[in-house]
Amino acid sequence: MTSVIANEAKSSSKAPKPPDSDRSRTENRLALKLVAPAIVLMLVVTAFPMLRALYLSLFSYSLTAPDDREFIGLSNYWTALTDQLFWRDTGNTVFIMIVTVVFELVIGFAFAMVMHKVIFARGTIRTSILVPYGVITVVSGFAWQFAFSNTNGFINSWLGWLPGIDADFSWFDKYSTSMIAIMASEIWKTTPFMSLLLLAGLAQVSEDMLEAAKVDGATWWQRLYKVILPNMRAAIMVAVLFRALDAYRIFDNIFVMTAGANGTESISFLTYRQVIEQFQLGIGSALSVLLFLSVLVVALVIVKLFRVNLADARQES
Amino acid sequence: MATDTKSKVGTGVGIAAILIWCLLPVAWIVSLSFKSQDAVTNGSPGFFPSSGGGAGFDNYQSVFQNDEFARSILNSIGISLIATVLSVIFATLAAYAIARLEFGAKTFVLTTALVIAMFPVVSLVGPLFDMWRTLGIYDSWLGLIIPYMSFTLPLAIWTLSAFFREIPWEMEQAAQVDGATSWQAFRKVIVPLAAPGVFTAAILTFFFAWNDFVFGISLTSTERARPIPAALSFFVGNDPFNRPASLLAAGAVVATVPIVIIVLFFQRKIVAGLTAGAVKG
Repeated sequence: MTSVIANEAKSSSKAPKPPDSDRSRTENRLALKLVAPAIVLMLVVTAFPMLRALYLSLFSYSLTAPDDREFIGLSNYWTALTDQLFWRDTGNTVFIMIVTVVFELVIGFAFAMVMHKVIFARGTIRTSILVPYGVITVVSGFAWQFAFSNTNGFINSWLGWLPGIDADFSWFDKYSTSMIAIMASEIWKTTPFMSLLLLAGLAQVSEDMLEAAKVDGATWWQRLYKVILPNMRAAIMVAVLFRALDAYRIFDNIFVMTAGANGTESISFLTYRQVIEQFQLGIGSALSVLLFLSVLVVALVIVKLFRVNLADARQES
Repeated sequence: MATDTKSKVGTGVGIAAILIWCLLPVAWIVSLSFKSQDAVTNGSPGFFPSSGGGAGFDNYQSVFQNDEFARSILNSIGISLIATVLSVIFATLAAYAIARLEFGAKTFVLTTALVIAMFPVVSLVGPLFDMWRTLGIYDSWLGLIIPYMSFTLPLAIWTLSAFFREIPWEMEQAAQVDGATSWQAFRKVIVPLAAPGVFTAAILTFFFAWNDFVFGISLTSTERARPIPAALSFFVGNDPFNRPASLLAAGAVVATVPIVIIVLFFQRKIVAGLTAGAVKG
């Protein structure tokens, strides 16, 4: 929250008179009035339903038989946590999260380096990099599903030189290749976003430092590892945090491309299936709570593991 | 000299890689949308429509003649626009307070926004489904506008407060000293400075609402409020076991065109907004 403090310092230097308590009280009141609608809206749709999910998760409650609602304590949690399905789907989700974020980070960084260097045609490149970002995830899912399809796609003929792939190769028949297709769509769509975040970080690396390293005889790799990466650490960490939490919620691509077939279900998909398709609000609510808690855990692990400092990242460049 | 040429070649290859990465799948879906439905049913592998397997604009015609699809475009435009306008208004108020005023709850507002930006939306689907049915706004525009607003507010607040912090607010007083009324000072000085930020936030908000899928499929049940992504995913055509790939592709292209147009016109603003919201805050 450095910038908040910096802002405080700025505004107090702007208004050097001693703080008038009456005035600051009106200012406080005005501020609360201004933020109130936003806060209420954000909480009405998140905090309140979440509390309701917490409450419903303690019942055996199905919408197909709403009168049989019965308090069963923590049984739903026990059912979920002892079910192999829950752990398989959590495993899938974590696997997708790690693989996609790693790929996005590497490719996104390469893209950011190129965009940083480019002088001409900047507009064209930025426009094209925004296209995947703007494309609806469902459309991306369809595009890749059809691309991988063996009846109407082109991937099989383009990858025909790889061993084991011929015109009839079916990507969606088994787990491993289905996962590749899902992750291809996910990585394609979100890498540009990653590269833009990294580009902003790259812009903060001082050119003088790079020049100095060059004069001192540092190789390209040395400059990358010793100067560029350490200096854009904050930007990288924020990008990873944002993307990892987003990837953990993966739903659209799986829904469109495999609908969970061959064990490709994610934890979000499992929750959705219980609630909307099977009307099991009790166990579905327990899964909702578990999903929320696991996102918190993932966020905490990333923050602790990489010591992400949001305050650092928010510093004005 | 040698390293210079080498790095130039490297940059050239990089540019080519970026362009292919970004545009190939889009070109593919466009190409697919021109394959005829017969060709697709019988199987027509390959990137381009095979000879005789092209359909011209037939698929696009079918898309626009399909009532369900036309209605979903209308739903998407209406819902996304209303959610965007409302969300940006509320976010502007909040961001103004965050950037300009001193108050105790500032950290609370920013933290709440951050937590909500990372919220797993699927976990809300169950309780919202239940609540919306009780309140009678299930399967209605309002039922989607409310969650869209809540989930775009964080992004809009962060982006806007970053923009507002950069505005030289002293100019407002300077204008008043020069004899402008406070309304004139606001309208002639502050609005032109703040408008680009507000506009950027609006574009990003619109993208989010347009892209949403989870709420779109779970809080609607008929074409009354179903947005495009949901309509696309439920569209099965005459033969449920063989999805009409080329027709879907045409629908997908139609759903993507508005976004591409926005990107083409406002590329610079979007980039500034994305990085300001996420990195600078």
